[in-house]
Amino acid sequence: MRNVVSGFLDMVDEGRRVTADPKGVLTGAHFIDGDHACCEGALAAGCRFIAGYPITPSTEIVERFAWRIPTVGGVFIQMEDEIASSIAIYGAAWAGLKAMTVTSGPGFSLMMEHIGYGVMTETPSVFVNVQRGGPSTGLPTLPGQADIMQARWGSHGDYAIIALSPNSPQECFDMTIDAFNLAELYRVPVMFMMDECVGHMVEKVVIPSADKISVVPRRFTDARPGTYQPYEANGTLVPPMARVGDGHRFHITGLTHDERGYPSPNPKTQDKLIRRLMEKISKNASKIYSFEEKETDGADVVVLSYGITSRVAAMAIRNAKKRGVKVGSLRLKVIWPFPQERIRELAGCAKAFVVPELNMGQISLEVERCAAGKARTISVPHAGGTVHEPEAIEQAILEAAR
Amino acid sequence: MNELHPSVSHLREDRLPHIWCPGCGIGTTVNTFSRALEDAGYNEKNICIVSGIGCTGRTAGYVNFDSFHTTHGRPIPFATGLKLANPDMKVVVYSGDGDLFAIGGNHFIHAARRNMDMTVICINNFIYAMTSGQAGPTTPLTATATTAPYGCYEPSFNLPYLADSCGAVYVARWTAYHVSQLVKSMGEALKKKGFSFIEILSPCPTYYERRNKLGEALDRMSFYRKNSVIRNGADTRETDIEYQKPIVLGKFVDREKPSYIEMMHQQMQATLKDRYVAWKGPNG
Repeated sequence: MRNVVSGFLDMVDEGRRVTADPKGVLTGAHFIDGDHACCEGALAAGCRFIAGYPITPSTEIVERFAWRIPTVGGVFIQMEDEIASSIAIYGAAWAGLKAMTVTSGPGFSLMMEHIGYGVMTETPSVFVNVQRGGPSTGLPTLPGQADIMQARWGSHGDYAIIALSPNSPQECFDMTIDAFNLAELYRVPVMFMMDECVGHMVEKVVIPSADKISVVPRRFTDARPGTYQPYEANGTLVPPMARVGDGHRFHITGLTHDERGYPSPNPKTQDKLIRRLMEKISKNASKIYSFEEKETDGADVVVLSYGITSRVAAMAIRNAKKRGVKVGSLRLKVIWPFPQERIRELAGCAKAFVVPELNMGQISLEVERCAAGKARTISVPHAGGTVHEPEAIEQAILEAAR
Repeated sequence: MNELHPSVSHLREDRLPHIWCPGCGIGTTVNTFSRALEDAGYNEKNICIVSGIGCTGRTAGYVNFDSFHTTHGRPIPFATGLKLANPDMKVVVYSGDGDLFAIGGNHFIHAARRNMDMTVICINNFIYAMTSGQAGPTTPLTATATTAPYGCYEPSFNLPYLADSCGAVYVARWTAYHVSQLVKSMGEALKKKGFSFIEILSPCPTYYERRNKLGEALDRMSFYRKNSVIRNGADTRETDIEYQKPIVLGKFVDREKPSYIEMMHQQMQATLKDRYVAWKGPNG
């Protein structure tokens, strides 16, 4: 049986893992699209609550959940808008459930305030964005990858989140499980950044038996009622949680707060809190990074890509190799945190990076920052609506090799 | 002399003193709420208070229950998710008029339409008080506010009518002066299945009364005493509030309808029969 979950769990203490609840696992080989696979991944991960609002091209995820969840045991509710959806999931999370919401660009924009609220209150949650062309209503039925920076920076204030990018329906299943596991491990909203192509592409998806799937359950406090402090991390960076009804009578706020969860509007508390919220991601980044690297040893050119674009880039890489270019590839499965150390290392060896993406060059700027002048960065932008012509990427590789 | 305040077990003593101004009515309503809970005999473990942003939004921070200070306008959808995930909780949204009816208006009408199982308590002080007195959707015509310096010319919401027409099963309006009626009304609202709503008119001596030259907090309480007309069962189309005119109070709606959770289980059961795995919360 293939190893489900892209390797993150190797980094997790045995004590934090359990096997999946078989009720949510639809074991077998399926021929389904990425949206449906994402829904099955959520169910396998133990997600028992989705609040959503219909939006193309993500709707099939909630449609499937609405169909599946009453026979698994959980709740789906279609809310009045994405703002409501993105906070209803926090209500469910604080009641103890694993919860997710699903959307695309315009809805993702509406959810931004609550990404910040989830970060500040440290509420485990998954936000799926099946990206389409933007800005605004843009290209509702056609692909884009232009929400990558929004996923990282869209809410106000300084914060850190985790963002994943699958490139196949199989990964939509596997990595949705990862998204839930990471959300629990770091108590953070996790952005699951699909794109329309991956969402609507139909391929074989193998769902293993529940005992082959590892999930991270919620870590609840073992403090006695009356002694629990919601934000006392005890040096671990990630404090344990409570849930309503267990007698802790805790308070949660989006205001800057102290260990008790009480508002404490002063620069000292702010500094301590914001540093911990950032550090729980940055200091654990090496455990969170996930990328697939091929033939980068001795490569003159490294193609860095993610999502559907990585599959288009594969053809360009093959063709460039035939023309004698020493070209390797690095595909991001986790985009945020960004694997800056690895990019820096590669920049010391390769001549150039080629970065194709369905936006006007968002991650290429990140690559350029990490390369810091040691290697060239060649962006291959695309405004979205379809995928790149492989020739455009191939041309960039050839130019980079010169 | 060691006698404790009767609400003390419902308050986070370590959070006092609170931020509310002298003469503000919010604290009075929290006191009545505490008494209503005491009378009803709820297990404190099962009470959850959800607030939005604003002066009333701070309530969640002072009450000693599982309590959430959410984002501006969004306590109702937060409470919706929480209630569905743990139906054993008694979920109370405690927030202000600006939070619930301007930025959060859409959520209010949909929760009422769904007959979502929760009690919504709205403290209406006719303005945005936390941001120092701007006009809002409840500011009476001709009253002044910092953003309506020449008098408000937008018609305001009649909140009981809004709640009634959207489907709430319990709708009442009182003022911070009417404490005994409030205790009773809150108790009734808490016992209802489905969506119950209480509007409470409250003095804001710092921003509403002062700007409108309506006197001190005491003058406002006196106004409420003299100008309140209690008409239980009144037609909510006739409960509009006009600037400095008599105000209709009372319990306007008290009806039985299946709640959201009841209807969800009923429909799923009818369709899926024994394939239905009903989610009934962490304790089953």
